[in-house]
Amino acid sequence: MLLIKNGRVIDPANNIDNTLDIFINQGKIIRIDKNTDPERVSRDIGKFRIIDASGKIIAPGFIDMHTHLREPGQEGKETIATGCRAAAVGGFTALACMPNTNPVNDNKIVTSYIINKALKEGCVRVYPIGAITRGLKGENLSDIGELKTAGVVALSDDGEPVINAEVMRRALEYVKSFNLTIISHCEDKNLSRSGAMHEGFVSTRLGLPGIPAAAEEVMVARDLILAELTSSCVHIAHVSTAGSVDLIRRAKAKGIRVTCEVTPHHFTLTDEAVTSFDPNTKVNPPLRSQEDREALREGLRDGTIDVIATDHAPHELMAKDIEYTAAANGIVGLETAVSLTLNELVHTNILTINQAIALLSTNPARILGLKGGALHEGEEADITVLDMQREFMVKPETFKSKSRNTPFAHWKLKGGPIMTIVAGNIVWEAK
Amino acid sequence: MKLKSKDLLGLEELSSEEISLILATAQSMKEIFSQEKQKPPSLKGKLIINLFYEPSTRTRTSFEIAGKRLGADTINFDFSTSSMSKGETFKDTALNLHAMKPDIIVIRHSVSGAPQFVANNISASVINAGDGAHEHPTQALLDLFTIKETFGRIERLRVAIIGDISHSRVARSNIWGLTKLGAHVKVAGPPTLIPAHIEKMGIEVFYDVDAAIKDVDVIMCLRIQTERQNQNLLPSLKEYSRFFGINQERLSKAKPGAMVMHPGPINREVEITSDVADGEKSLILKQVANGIAVRMALFYLLAGGNHKNVAH
Repeated sequence: MLLIKNGRVIDPANNIDNTLDIFINQGKIIRIDKNTDPERVSRDIGKFRIIDASGKIIAPGFIDMHTHLREPGQEGKETIATGCRAAAVGGFTALACMPNTNPVNDNKIVTSYIINKALKEGCVRVYPIGAITRGLKGENLSDIGELKTAGVVALSDDGEPVINAEVMRRALEYVKSFNLTIISHCEDKNLSRSGAMHEGFVSTRLGLPGIPAAAEEVMVARDLILAELTSSCVHIAHVSTAGSVDLIRRAKAKGIRVTCEVTPHHFTLTDEAVTSFDPNTKVNPPLRSQEDREALREGLRDGTIDVIATDHAPHELMAKDIEYTAAANGIVGLETAVSLTLNELVHTNILTINQAIALLSTNPARILGLKGGALHEGEEADITVLDMQREFMVKPETFKSKSRNTPFAHWKLKGGPIMTIVAGNIVWEAK
Repeated sequence: MKLKSKDLLGLEELSSEEISLILATAQSMKEIFSQEKQKPPSLKGKLIINLFYEPSTRTRTSFEIAGKRLGADTINFDFSTSSMSKGETFKDTALNLHAMKPDIIVIRHSVSGAPQFVANNISASVINAGDGAHEHPTQALLDLFTIKETFGRIERLRVAIIGDISHSRVARSNIWGLTKLGAHVKVAGPPTLIPAHIEKMGIEVFYDVDAAIKDVDVIMCLRIQTERQNQNLLPSLKEYSRFFGINQERLSKAKPGAMVMHPGPINREVEITSDVADGEKSLILKQVANGIAVRMALFYLLAGGNHKNVAH
């Protein structure tokens, strides 16, 4: 039993932004009210742990809709247990995990395995995402209805694009029977080829093979056209270029059912970071130019971008402590995403804290059709508590994730999560 | 004066004063060896490891001769593959070499940034002998040395670099070096081989070789790798040769005093015709000879020497 007192409760879904008390009992929010006399809410109030949240922000639990948990198959990089702990430390009460595991989550057996393992070992909610195509090969559709029945919340071939436009068209059509969203990894593999970083002046200086912005944009354009053709929903994963933001903005104005996400590393860093040749800056899509980063920030501000998602992609040292072009793509994000959002976007007045919470909670819940993302009396108590002033130092050596591949080591960030509550249980709190 | 860094990773990070210091030291080295009575400075007891992850005869031999002429112990390691395939990280390789206590490690690697990665992890000096398409600083220094020797200066000279700029570390290092020393640089070649925004390096870009070379003092050809055909960067080597190669006819339309350079190994009849490569305007063999003096100068400066001590 918990009573969180005097926090600034912000719930964009219900248009709440007020100093309120939240009573939690048996995993559920039993009351959200102003300066109530605790005794009148419950006679057992003596048994409540009272948390003084004065000066803190109480938000509906954050949901990361783009995580790679690596289990089953690559437990050396991450497991469901360690990924969930990293999520809890990062202020996330739930995550959706991508299907590029080994075996691929393209069937109900893998989906059930992930769900059961997460129930046993995970401290946050885990929502599997199923593969659009069998084996992520881009050729034949997975048994999408069966995946839905087993519990997937969306479909994606993330890590690989669905190269064949007809396959994408059929997937977009077929999912309408099951009310699932397709999450598209937009990359024209012919254009990206063996690129290791964004193609621009920095790649020219460093002599590293480049990936042009067009490699993403031609696929974004294709998927928007197919979403229009099929009147289906498409969610564009990890948008990284100004051109993509512009295409999506125009598609939304036209009424095409598109949503999209951006990662903290793309709205924080640019290709200049690669000048260090640090393989932890290697990621797909690559860190883009300054103009791209500014366009992403503008897209977040004006609502073109719906979600901040981590694309948490853990890799062991062997995959990263090597030559740049040979190094694996990916950045771990669960334990830095919220602080980067507050430090880079809220403290710089690009976003209000209310917008940030919508991007981290309300909108991912809406897009995936999840119950969370809001604070309702009678519903499960998934809550993230933020301290806007606290300074966080990024220390990879203390990460709960199994992997340390972050380009943000030793960064000092202002603001971050201090408590994560899942179904009324405090799964993590800052010391 | 000394070099600021313990390493020589590229010309991008060198000042024009440092480049001039290296060229002046190389000049002293060259003079010592053309006068037999002069004794060279000694690097006796110093250990130089040549670590080559890419096949190279000319560059590796040049480093080896330079080290031996200074009396240093030189060891060669040739790897045909990256560290990955051996199951250790590249950092492991660097630390293993460091345990052998070398004074200088010379590295050639097919991946940009590999020498910097090693340099960041060990205390010995690292000399970049070519990394990916990033930099090949010793080649550019010997090119600068050769230009200066030929023209008496570098400032205000006009230099055209012709060919596959995208994949060329020689082009990048030369652009940094030449522009820092006040030359005017142009690059020319098919647009498929000109990398994005290279004009931001302070140079001019041409897609027409004749237009690029008509008023230059130096024409620098680059090697065309045959695999560029399969990547659709070129339709064919024959077509390249006709429209972008340097031949006698094209050269006759350039400035009368223009000289031709090539970092080697040359593809005869592709980027350069034999009559040009072997002709009186070619500086190619001078470049090779000067490479030894430049590399001696670098060994000497990085192993703790001071230019004053070699001046005579």
